[in-house]
Amino acid sequence: MAKIVSKEHFSEHVVKLVVEAPMIARSRRAGHFVIVRATEGGERIPLTIADADIEAGTVTLVIQEVGVSTKKICALEPGQELADIVGPLGQATHIEKVGTVVCCGGGVGVAPLLPIIKAMKQAGNRVVTVLAARTADLVILEDEVAPWSDEVIIMTDDGSRGQKGLVTNGVEEVIKREKVDLVVTIGPAVMMKFVAKLTEGYNIPTMCSLNTIMVDGTGMCGACRVTVDGKTRFVCIEGPEFDAHKVDFDEMMSRLKSYN
Amino acid sequence: MENCNCNTHKSLAPRDAEWRDELRRALPAKDRMAIPRVKMRELDPADRLANPTAEVNMGLTAEQAVQEATRCLDCPNPGCVSGCPVSIDIPGFIKNIQRGELGEAARVLRSTSALPAVCGRVCPQEKQCESKCIYHKSKREPVAIGYLERFAADAAAKSAPAAAATPAKDATRIAVIGSGPAGLSFAGDMAAKGYAVTVFEALHEIGGVLKYGIPEFRLPNSIVDGEIDALRALGVEFLRDVVVGKTISLDDLREMGFEGVFVGSGAGLPRFMGIPGENLVGVMSCNEYLTRINLMGAGRENSDTPVMTGKRVAVIGGGNTAMDAVRTARRMGAEAMVVYRRSLEEMPARVEEVHHARQEGVEFMTLHNPLEYLADEKGRVRAMILQRMELGEPDESGRRSPVAVEGAVEEIPVDLVIVSVGVSPNPLIPNSVEGLDVSRRGTIVVNDDTMESSIPMLYAGGDIVRGGATVILAMGDGRRAACAMDEAMRARKSNNK
Repeated sequence: MAKIVSKEHFSEHVVKLVVEAPMIARSRRAGHFVIVRATEGGERIPLTIADADIEAGTVTLVIQEVGVSTKKICALEPGQELADIVGPLGQATHIEKVGTVVCCGGGVGVAPLLPIIKAMKQAGNRVVTVLAARTADLVILEDEVAPWSDEVIIMTDDGSRGQKGLVTNGVEEVIKREKVDLVVTIGPAVMMKFVAKLTEGYNIPTMCSLNTIMVDGTGMCGACRVTVDGKTRFVCIEGPEFDAHKVDFDEMMSRLKSYN
Repeated sequence: MENCNCNTHKSLAPRDAEWRDELRRALPAKDRMAIPRVKMRELDPADRLANPTAEVNMGLTAEQAVQEATRCLDCPNPGCVSGCPVSIDIPGFIKNIQRGELGEAARVLRSTSALPAVCGRVCPQEKQCESKCIYHKSKREPVAIGYLERFAADAAAKSAPAAAATPAKDATRIAVIGSGPAGLSFAGDMAAKGYAVTVFEALHEIGGVLKYGIPEFRLPNSIVDGEIDALRALGVEFLRDVVVGKTISLDDLREMGFEGVFVGSGAGLPRFMGIPGENLVGVMSCNEYLTRINLMGAGRENSDTPVMTGKRVAVIGGGNTAMDAVRTARRMGAEAMVVYRRSLEEMPARVEEVHHARQEGVEFMTLHNPLEYLADEKGRVRAMILQRMELGEPDESGRRSPVAVEGAVEEIPVDLVIVSVGVSPNPLIPNSVEGLDVSRRGTIVVNDDTMESSIPMLYAGGDIVRGGATVILAMGDGRRAACAMDEAMRARKSNNK
């Protein structure tokens, strides 16, 4: 059981929860995720850790309501409990000083990007953050990423905030004007696919974080498998981060629809 | 247990006890041998599909059990005990059944097996204890040891709850990683020896493969929970949702005051064959299929977890897990078939499982091997391409190896494929502990006698050491490790004095 300490609505369907999980708060690193079960009888679903407070013993999760289970999680109020939270799972992000890092996130993908932005900045990189959303209301965590970014570029599909255009437009703008050493992309599979296509053209190393279907999250079921560089890999224990240029995103998108 | 002199394993029912002598003399061996072997009562095949979680084997009646127990000749050198990986005092518990002392029978069982109700159901007795029964020498069917074990364990669970115990305040603390058969067996033995045992489980349920893997129609969850409650009563503590190696490290455990650690983290990783189309939607591991249904309750009213049921399901492989998956698929309403590359004779699954699968209408495509899976326009599996095989020369396993019949390839329509071709050890612990000796296959290397790893006071057993074996072998490992760790702890403490 894990008590909800606080709750904030980023938008109608996107909720930030701060959850009591002292052991996870202490051991998590950027890139890690947890598996959460809202209630008894609930599904086990993976959620990336957006932030953690070791002293308070809490972790921060950002959840978008998309199905039965995320709805149940988003409906929980402070004082109530998640039936289960387990983690941190997956491999932590490899953080080093490489020069200039463009971190681009779409939708709730910005949440797992936040700890990576922080860690990249702390490692001494120049960090340019590109946040993308369909519309102004869906831009999240802008204030949280700002202190750790040398520049924040906001892109919206409808132009209601920042510039009008897709995440790839924002990333390309940076690539064209300065030398970029690494791109980190987290968001919907289709977004990561096009970011990878763009950066491949410029030959810039690019890392993505995959949010596939999982059951146990510890390597046992294989539901999360993806093809990377022609080989089957398990996102839960070998990922969630992979070389974006080698991921078969089309296969991944097809597998994400397994239960739709 | 062989070579074990610890107090836990002293005989509770010595053969020279007066009551046993009387039983031996009460009926001549010839008369006992004339009694036919008992038949297990089974749920009617038609009722099984309508009651997907109902246990197929229904257990013996008290009369059946006493009669079967009477068949046992109470040999002076019982072969059955040597055939048991945990050396259960088999005649000791069987003779207690015969004289009607079921509580005593269960006590004998429990003194050598932490999970008798589980073993009585899922052990391959026909390859172990029963294969060594003296009855084989006169071409008779062996004593039904497995049925009797189950009977005694169930009867005792129904009547008397296990006596409660709590470890002493200054008891040495021991951590167990994983709550499957190896971990539970180790935990039970260590608690009985007076240690303060805490079991860490990564999932939200205790029981490991007994819960997520083996279906309820073969091993009801209530039975597993009963065994776990018995361990709780012995003072064993269980913590769920903790992944040792991730949530906490081995060093953390030491800091928390755990002086000994046993790793029974199992064979987590499902294997695939690496053939085209294996990542299509509708192709999944047996672990995923069974976990969704057994652990997550997919298909039941109060569960949010979805599962693909399929109309025509193919299960690839011929082991017990393949049988569990294919029989589950029948219960989920699908036409279901097993695809196995050798013949029925080489199939590693228990004879009983194959028999039950056939009764339930499972089709067996033996001497076939998948080459490729084909997708429909939505990327979902629609068919499999099978290569017909024939048997060639025996391979290193002693089984005749399958050889492709040139040109004999066929396409079979399917909408769900469950791959059950084995598992690899879970890499979480091997990868997270520095200095731990790990084999090329990813298993933890241990001393075969003591189960101690390259790190002192870190023991391991079950599939994380064996790479994919049986419940009973895992339990045997737990038992051996408990004896050895206890001895090592005592030696260490007396040296420190």
